[in-house]
Amino acid sequence: MVKIALVSCGTEYSGIQKEIEKAALKFGAEIILPEIDLDFINEAYEKFGFSAQSSSLKLMIARAMSIVEGKCKPDAVFIATCFRCAEGALVRNEVRRFIQNNTRIPVVTYSFTERTKADELFIRMEALATTVTRRSILAREKQEGLTLGLDSGSTTTKAVLMENNKVIGTGWTSTKDIIESAKIAADEAFSNTNYSWGDLDGIGTTGYGRFTMGQEFKAELVQEELSVNAKGAVYLADCQKGEATVLDIGGMDNKVITVNNGIPDNFTMGGICAGASGRFLDMTSRRLDVDITELGPLAVQGDWRKASLNSYCIVFGIQDLVTTLAAGGSKADVAMAACHSVSEQVYEQQLQEIDIREPLIQVGGTSLISGLVQAVSETLGGIEVIVPEYSQHIGAVGSALLVSGMGHRNEQ
Amino acid sequence: MVKVAIYPPNSLVIADLVERKGHQPLALQKQIRQKIKDPEIDSPPMNITEDDPIKGLKYAAIEVPSGVRGRMSIIGPIIDEAQAAIIVDNAPFGFGCVGCARTNELSIFCLRKRDIPQVELTYPTNQDETMEMINDLHAFLDKLTEMEEAGEFAEEEGDD
Repeated sequence: MVKIALVSCGTEYSGIQKEIEKAALKFGAEIILPEIDLDFINEAYEKFGFSAQSSSLKLMIARAMSIVEGKCKPDAVFIATCFRCAEGALVRNEVRRFIQNNTRIPVVTYSFTERTKADELFIRMEALATTVTRRSILAREKQEGLTLGLDSGSTTTKAVLMENNKVIGTGWTSTKDIIESAKIAADEAFSNTNYSWGDLDGIGTTGYGRFTMGQEFKAELVQEELSVNAKGAVYLADCQKGEATVLDIGGMDNKVITVNNGIPDNFTMGGICAGASGRFLDMTSRRLDVDITELGPLAVQGDWRKASLNSYCIVFGIQDLVTTLAAGGSKADVAMAACHSVSEQVYEQQLQEIDIREPLIQVGGTSLISGLVQAVSETLGGIEVIVPEYSQHIGAVGSALLVSGMGHRNEQ
Repeated sequence: MVKVAIYPPNSLVIADLVERKGHQPLALQKQIRQKIKDPEIDSPPMNITEDDPIKGLKYAAIEVPSGVRGRMSIIGPIIDEAQAAIIVDNAPFGFGCVGCARTNELSIFCLRKRDIPQVELTYPTNQDETMEMINDLHAFLDKLTEMEEAGEFAEEEGDD
């Protein structure tokens, strides 16, 4: 059983201890608490050098120290502090860096509230358990052979065909029936090649429909999107070493993943507001009567400050944009204001929850809207934003990469 | 018997002193023991559930981290119930602690705000200071006994 050390400032006082244990158990892992004696707390705390006032944070530091010094030997570490606690967030990130810089133990961090449920933690625990049990797969930096990656998302299904470290075919369709959509996307990926299903060395699946597709196509790799997207992004952006942040502003939900040497260590996902999603831009392009592919180039010519936008809401915000147009505002200014609205909303709702590390790799369909990429960079104070080639197919590329070397279905 | 809130709320040393002087220490252990013994709840290790940080909203706003509100849901009622208070500042965690500096700040402020007899002492660093602290505590607890005998807590007890 995978042993996950819990390094936290008191999850038991928020009533979520049971949820953490439940989430770990689902993926064959157990939560352990690094045991330390009282004297070691002060010793470790002084050695670490962070003057935390809260004694639970001192305990966190001591637990991290006991892991780094090998007194406790977990397979993975889960670091959690209260959401909105500044001192907790500072210690959480420093403890995370300390463990990552001094060990090869995978780490996932989280800031919790009393509403945290096991379901929210599943993907993190699965990613942690994966990193432990499939370390050799995640270490893969080159794709070999002929592999197919399938990403069944809530809105679209993507397929990528890769051969010897190159993307040779891509496919895309809106998600209806999971299997049928996957077949349509895969056939599109095969269409300009001489290959078919029978030639594949391996199939990797990810996304919401990964289990269904995995069973149907007898996939060698069925993997959550946290590990797959992170790996796909750093592979395509050529940032496999060091730190990075992966941002995916989706049609329905948004994901932000922080990555250390290609392995995800924190993750935040939101999807409660259409105003913070690609849907807002879709609505804007319809109102402006331009194709969504033209929205980005149009936006970069505009100035968002010239368009009055008093609400992030998809209903009232769009209404404001219409009012601006009616008052003689330019389409370009309105397009850029819409891009800024989404990026600011994503910043306020999600990016503040996570420690942003440069470079920021923007992926997903919305990364093709250049105005949005520029708006994200501006919102984050001019941070470097990389949009790699095939960024809209990130999950499928990650799956095709990770499954390479695992499958030898031709030989079988 | 005067109900005395102590801070740190799980300090065994102070709780013992209060008890020896014939008063009732309002200690965290008792509250937690009660939660753990409750057979209806299954949320180990302390049976705190998501409802507890919500109860903590009485003491801290929604923007305050859940860990502070969860702690306040246990410590807050102790503060409300107290007829007197003993606060020890700068105590090391071995003496008793709730683990969270923000909870300490809020709890001590709530105790200070209450119009009840209280004594605030600094944790001793040598033997002389230790003797002085124990003497101060004894004097305070004796004063509480005198006040109780004079009937000064009678009305408050009736309120409970």
